[in-house]
Amino acid sequence: MSTSSTLNPRRATSEEVAKTIKRGGANWKPIAFQALLLILLSVSLLILIVLLADILVSAWPTFRDRGLSFITDGLSLNPETAGVWTAIVGSVIIAVVVAVLAFPVGIGAAIYLEEYAPNNSITRFVDTTVRNLAGVPSIVYGLLGLALFVPLVNIIGFGGATSGKNVVAAGITMAALVLPIVIITSAEAIRAVPNAIREAGYGVGATKWEVVKNHVMPVALPGVLTGTVLTLARAFGETAPLLVIGVATGFFAPAGDASFYDTLTGPYTALPVVVFSWTRQTQAEFAETLAPAAIVVLLVVLFILNGLAIWMRNRSDRKW
Amino acid sequence: MTTQPITAQELAGDPKRRRKETRVKAVFMVAGFTSIAISIAIIVSLAGEAWNFISQVELSALWTLGWFPRRGLYDIPTLVIATTIISIIAMIVAIPLGLGAAAYLAEYATPRARKWLKPTIEVLAGIPSVVLGFWALTFISPEIVQRIFTSSKPFTMLAAGLGVGVLITPLVATVSEDAMRAVPLSLREASYGLGANKATTVRKVVFPAAISGIVASLILALSRAIGETMIVFMAAGAVGGAIRTWNPLEPGQTMTAAIASLATGSDQVAGEGLAFQSLFFVGLLLFLLTLALNSISNRVVRKYRETY
Repeated sequence: MSTSSTLNPRRATSEEVAKTIKRGGANWKPIAFQALLLILLSVSLLILIVLLADILVSAWPTFRDRGLSFITDGLSLNPETAGVWTAIVGSVIIAVVVAVLAFPVGIGAAIYLEEYAPNNSITRFVDTTVRNLAGVPSIVYGLLGLALFVPLVNIIGFGGATSGKNVVAAGITMAALVLPIVIITSAEAIRAVPNAIREAGYGVGATKWEVVKNHVMPVALPGVLTGTVLTLARAFGETAPLLVIGVATGFFAPAGDASFYDTLTGPYTALPVVVFSWTRQTQAEFAETLAPAAIVVLLVVLFILNGLAIWMRNRSDRKW
Repeated sequence: MTTQPITAQELAGDPKRRRKETRVKAVFMVAGFTSIAISIAIIVSLAGEAWNFISQVELSALWTLGWFPRRGLYDIPTLVIATTIISIIAMIVAIPLGLGAAAYLAEYATPRARKWLKPTIEVLAGIPSVVLGFWALTFISPEIVQRIFTSSKPFTMLAAGLGVGVLITPLVATVSEDAMRAVPLSLREASYGLGANKATTVRKVVFPAAISGIVASLILALSRAIGETMIVFMAAGAVGGAIRTWNPLEPGQTMTAAIASLATGSDQVAGEGLAFQSLFFVGLLLFLLTLALNSISNRVVRKYRETY
């Protein structure tokens, strides 16, 4: 420090030392730096508050005038009676297909990568592939669905009136989209299981599969479930791939006699898609009050799923 | 009592049990290689139609006034320029906000404050892009962009870029915060020991030590900005096509928005002309671009990570 040269060591009192270090007054630079960081953080949080407030205020008239009927009414061209029920049904079916397809495959892949795979270049390649897939833009999965899953759904007999552009193809596409995330989060949960548990299993003569099934998975399960719930939240919020694989963005009446098969193979919509299509409607009510109300419903579903995940994570936060 | 010598067969165990092991392993292996299958499926389906496009299109149609696929004008630079403009605007928003929030959370916030602030930032990260698209169109555009630039249109690339910036800010904040917190305390203590104050320590010690994680978070955010669809599609307008422009106050179409727009057009994606094939060509470009960025981000983390 250059300031030390100005100090005469023989006459230095503690007061003088303090004064020299402070350079005769408060040093405003670190304070300004801290204030700047605090402002940047506050702006980030302020954006969130303004966003939520703006949407809640816009959505309020719909909930005030319509109450729960906004939830239980289906699509309509009349803003007075249009509701989100059709969209909720579509989103839930997509989520079920995702759960049926992506969860077993994803968890199985995680078990393979963590427990069975040898530590060689092929395993590392699979690992890199999973990471890269997680970074692929969602709309590219839409193109994959359009080129592969829509024809596939037709071939297996679920084409129906929409010739494959239905909720089954949407579910398969979403399952492919979230698969890498399921694998990564499940693998992390399995990796966190201490080796002592595996060794205890082998010690009493269990085979690999018995160790995985009876010892590793029960311990890893809360972590795995947390990951899968977050994945469902992601699937609920995705819009872009659905647009590419032919989700209905306008009004439609339920197909046929609305049997379960008709619901699966007919035109469909989903919660985020409804937000998008109402924003584009020519009647102003759709964009001004109905779209924000649909956003509120979507956000409530996501908050419930996220809350569930946090609750499970806290319950399972075991220290080894 | 005589002890029988144990045979190798007995040690190996019940053959039925062993066969089951092999079967179970095979099942998990198939699951493990699904991700490879999906990657191959993406590349094959994109490359196939992209090749059909590039081999049939007139090369002059790739460099024209704008992107109007239904009229046979496939000006790729229009989409690349719009993607660049929106990504730059988004990064201008996200770099200061994200890094500032990360540094405050990692270095200044009390543990109690941090316990509340970090999940709040993560909530922002969980907001679906369609919500931010709606907000960019109905709030950012009229309340911010049109107040500053009074003559601007309701649909602008600037509004979309600001919306994308809000989307990627929490990503920068959380990943960078993790990187800064991973810097060991001993480095900070050494810095204080030399007489540096907190601000100097953060800027000259913590920041350089965490730089690999910070750079990785920025590349990841850039990749996310390039791949974001809904905000741009809803707030940047230009349904049906866009004229090539560098002006952020004009409507524009990014690569992602071009795909979404063509796919949701009134006549859906029909087999007519090369419009359908052009989707996959743009998709392939997008796929390769984000793949390259993500690989760089991974490599930066692995190569320049300081191990303490």
